[in-house]
Amino acid sequence: MSLKALDYETLNENVKNCQYAVRGELYLRASELQKEGKKIIFTNVGNPHALGQKPLTFPRQVVALCQAPFLLDNPNVGMIFPADAIARAKHYLSLTSGGLGAYSDSRGLPGVRKEVAEFIQRRDGYPSDPELIFLTDGASKGVMQILNCIIRDQKDGILVPVPQYPLYSATISLLGGTLVPYYLEETDNWGLDVNNLRQSVAQARSQGITVRAMVIINPGNPTGQCLSEANLREILKFCCDERLVLLGDEVYQQNIYQDERPFISSKKVLMDMGEPLSKEVQLISFHTVSKGYWGECGQRGGYFEMTNIPPRTVEEIYKVASIALSPNVSAQIFMGLMVSPPKPGDISYDQFVRESKGILESLRRRARIMTDGFNSCKNVVCNFTEGAMYSFPQIKLPPKAIQAAKQAGKVPDVFYCLKLLEATGISTVPGSGFGQKEGVFHLRTTILPAEEEMPEIMESFKKFNDEFMSQYGDNFGYSRM
Amino acid sequence: MRRFVIGQAKNLIDQTRRRPPQPHHHNNLRLLSLLRPSASDSTAVYSPRLFSSSSSSDMPGSDSSTSSLPVTLDSINPKVLKCEYAVRGEIVSIAQRLQDDLKTNKDAYPFDEIIYCNIGNPQSLGQQPITFFREVLALCSHTALLDESATHGLFSSDSIDRAWKILDQIPGKATGAYSHSQGIKGLRDAIAAGIEARDGFPADPNDIFMTDGASPGVHMMMQLLISSEKDGILCPIPQYPLYSASIALHGGSLVPYYLDEASGWGLEISELKKQLEDAKSKGITVRALAVINPGNPTGQVLSEENQRDIVDFCKKEGLVLLADEVYQENVYVPDKKFHSFKKVARSMGYGEKDISLVSFQSISKGYYGECGKRGGYMEVTGFTSDVREQIYKVASVNLCSNISGQILASLVMSPPKPGDDSYDSYIAEKEGILSSLATRAKTLEEALNKLEGVTCNRAEGAMYLFPCINLPQKAIAAAEAAKTAPDAFYCKRLLNATGIVVVPGSGFRQVPGTWHFRCTILPQEDKIPAIVNRLTEFHKSFMDEFRD
Repeated sequence: MSLKALDYETLNENVKNCQYAVRGELYLRASELQKEGKKIIFTNVGNPHALGQKPLTFPRQVVALCQAPFLLDNPNVGMIFPADAIARAKHYLSLTSGGLGAYSDSRGLPGVRKEVAEFIQRRDGYPSDPELIFLTDGASKGVMQILNCIIRDQKDGILVPVPQYPLYSATISLLGGTLVPYYLEETDNWGLDVNNLRQSVAQARSQGITVRAMVIINPGNPTGQCLSEANLREILKFCCDERLVLLGDEVYQQNIYQDERPFISSKKVLMDMGEPLSKEVQLISFHTVSKGYWGECGQRGGYFEMTNIPPRTVEEIYKVASIALSPNVSAQIFMGLMVSPPKPGDISYDQFVRESKGILESLRRRARIMTDGFNSCKNVVCNFTEGAMYSFPQIKLPPKAIQAAKQAGKVPDVFYCLKLLEATGISTVPGSGFGQKEGVFHLRTTILPAEEEMPEIMESFKKFNDEFMSQYGDNFGYSRM
Repeated sequence: MRRFVIGQAKNLIDQTRRRPPQPHHHNNLRLLSLLRPSASDSTAVYSPRLFSSSSSSDMPGSDSSTSSLPVTLDSINPKVLKCEYAVRGEIVSIAQRLQDDLKTNKDAYPFDEIIYCNIGNPQSLGQQPITFFREVLALCSHTALLDESATHGLFSSDSIDRAWKILDQIPGKATGAYSHSQGIKGLRDAIAAGIEARDGFPADPNDIFMTDGASPGVHMMMQLLISSEKDGILCPIPQYPLYSASIALHGGSLVPYYLDEASGWGLEISELKKQLEDAKSKGITVRALAVINPGNPTGQVLSEENQRDIVDFCKKEGLVLLADEVYQENVYVPDKKFHSFKKVARSMGYGEKDISLVSFQSISKGYYGECGKRGGYMEVTGFTSDVREQIYKVASVNLCSNISGQILASLVMSPPKPGDDSYDSYIAEKEGILSSLATRAKTLEEALNKLEGVTCNRAEGAMYLFPCINLPQKAIAAAEAAKTAPDAFYCKRLLNATGIVVVPGSGFRQVPGTWHFRCTILPQEDKIPAIVNRLTEFHKSFMDEFRD
């Protein structure tokens, strides 16, 4: 061909600049090894069902009935479905205009958005308006839509925590904006220091960047910390002073593994602060069916709620949503079920509680096993996973290992993670994919492998790590913190 | 306060509307965004009704009173403001309001229901899903059913077999897990086999990227192709507004090529050449050619010969061919047949190295019409591996498309076969839907052609009719006085008189000075005679009112 229609050179530079480590080199290598027949433990993505977590029964029953509504007319349907699932399926079908097979309103089914608003109101104690809630195909799509509306060009900056979930860096690159990092303090349990924020903003401004928005991930991904109410107040005050939109990624709000710092939503804290802040700070909060004890990643369901976004801006966001026609309807129903689960007295209530408590309690135990496991390893230190689904240990790589990595043409933590993968089948994500302070190395694992496999996994990790450290360490050694 | 601000916005927009129409179509995209009616019209989706509930009553009424906020209309991405999406625009908002009002105020209207002919959303108008597909999906949604003996009494035996087969292809049988970012491999195998059976040429499952409907695939390709307004995409006019919206959102230039209405919306290579040269002379690098076959909103099915010329044109000019083939199952006339561009290119002897081709398919259309599932795929061929990696990376940022949409996409490409338990009922359902669609298309087309000053090409395929209305000067003047595009004026009148919702041709763009509307053929067959009557009656009285 004389002319190349689309070759690498002529690709959109923003696309080339975008990085997405969660499915990057490590994942591809792991998939190769799996094809070769090696047992791979995928801890690279927060994908609970892929690691054996069973779906909650009740929502699956309801959605199955919605998929096959003709079952509802069958007199024998009661033989395989409980009455409350049947009633709920009828309820959700009545909210649609043509069942699961018809496009809904581009913002999602009004009836489900109403249920979401009621949930938010129960959770926070403040009213929530269904008109300001948009359902999405997973939280990621929502984040993309909102950032698309905010970012005009490379002069627009978005404050993002580092380490961060790479959705943010990837989307900001794709949209041609500028990521303005603020560092979380590892020694302070990944705390968020407002002074750091000020510094980041001042620095960005001195480079001609207009900082437009700030992202917080609470509970943190990959860092697992839960933000305190006092901290959230500081952040909201900061956003108000600096005129930033706060994007609150709250997808892990059900995943809390300690009792000192329960989840508290940014919206509630903002409303608690009262006027003028409660009328001035623009906030967009994201949620999903992929996390929590639901873990329904494959459904691609989520929502965002907008606070203090003016109507005509909401209209523009609606227009962007309408180009994608509508979010998938079965995930909308999952979202409805997530925000209005069975109630005491319902036939399915006991089973639902048993299943969901079982998952959460096990996750809590796994978070502990994992943190303790990492902390028992040579040259590894790890903060406790207070929430979310990840452990993010720091790996203190000896100079010889760093040198060996350089020789192999790899980033040091990628080098380490590849060796770990080859030796143990554990597929992790190198810390460099999330951003970290210079010269400091981490890896991210999920806490999702089955509980009974956990001790074995940690043992094989420890064996690998300690051998790695002695291979590259010689007489070098960090003292344990 | 709110009223004041709305008034201000109205003035501003009225000023821009008073600009003389600019005949040159390159300006249309920009101009259209200025003309966006909804920004000023209180009946649009901006209506205060939207924000009347308790918590928002304290909300600032408009953006200009809240200019201290970080994100307002003044500071959002201008590409967002620029993009247009008429299929869900102003007329639909009016319709929704009428529908609400009908519930309490029945006697105020000369009709008792709103008939949505604005969007290809078949199941919202009563089309039933294909039973076999839904059985399989239900079983995959709640896999515990497969262990129940009673399930055999409620489901067809081949749906149970198929569900098992599909679950075996999903690691851990986990339908709640993120999949590979291109989609579950086993399902892509089934799709590739389906393409191969359709075309007679091999298809590679690694070329398949499964998406949440076809639209995200189109977006992804636009994202790769467009770096700036210097990058152009050739698009048919009239076009499905997804293309103009996506190009605007990515900051590129839409390079229009006009379909020839007189020859049944024919696609002329000479027109493509002319527009390509014209774009080049303006410093635009044309990167790709979008072809919608069967056409939306125009309904034509391209001839194989025409397709060969298009393939040669793309090859010669080094353009990516973006083939929107979502209506491939919707062909209603015996003298036309759907041919995929991949088949045409391969039958010409062109392989991977000769042409870059992306074919889009969706589960929203066809006889299945599963819009709410958001499933689809694109088959990507003729790209170098480094470009393919980039496509994969962009796909991976969104993790994966929804699994039930993926399952359904594989099912439509591998439906029941002769001898299967469900085969007869599947064929009966499929043919029932397709033959009814053909009847509806024919009836509506004939009725439209009987109207004074209306000509309508036949819907050879897809789901739409796109009649040309020769509006009297008096109607055009009245539209201008009402500050509305003449076709939008006609469509609003139609809605208010009959409850029938159609989309004005200006949303799809059209040859300047001509006026159209798009009407789906999707209302159920028993409703068609009433629609024809209402439409005929309305048109007659409209003409009586405005005839020159």
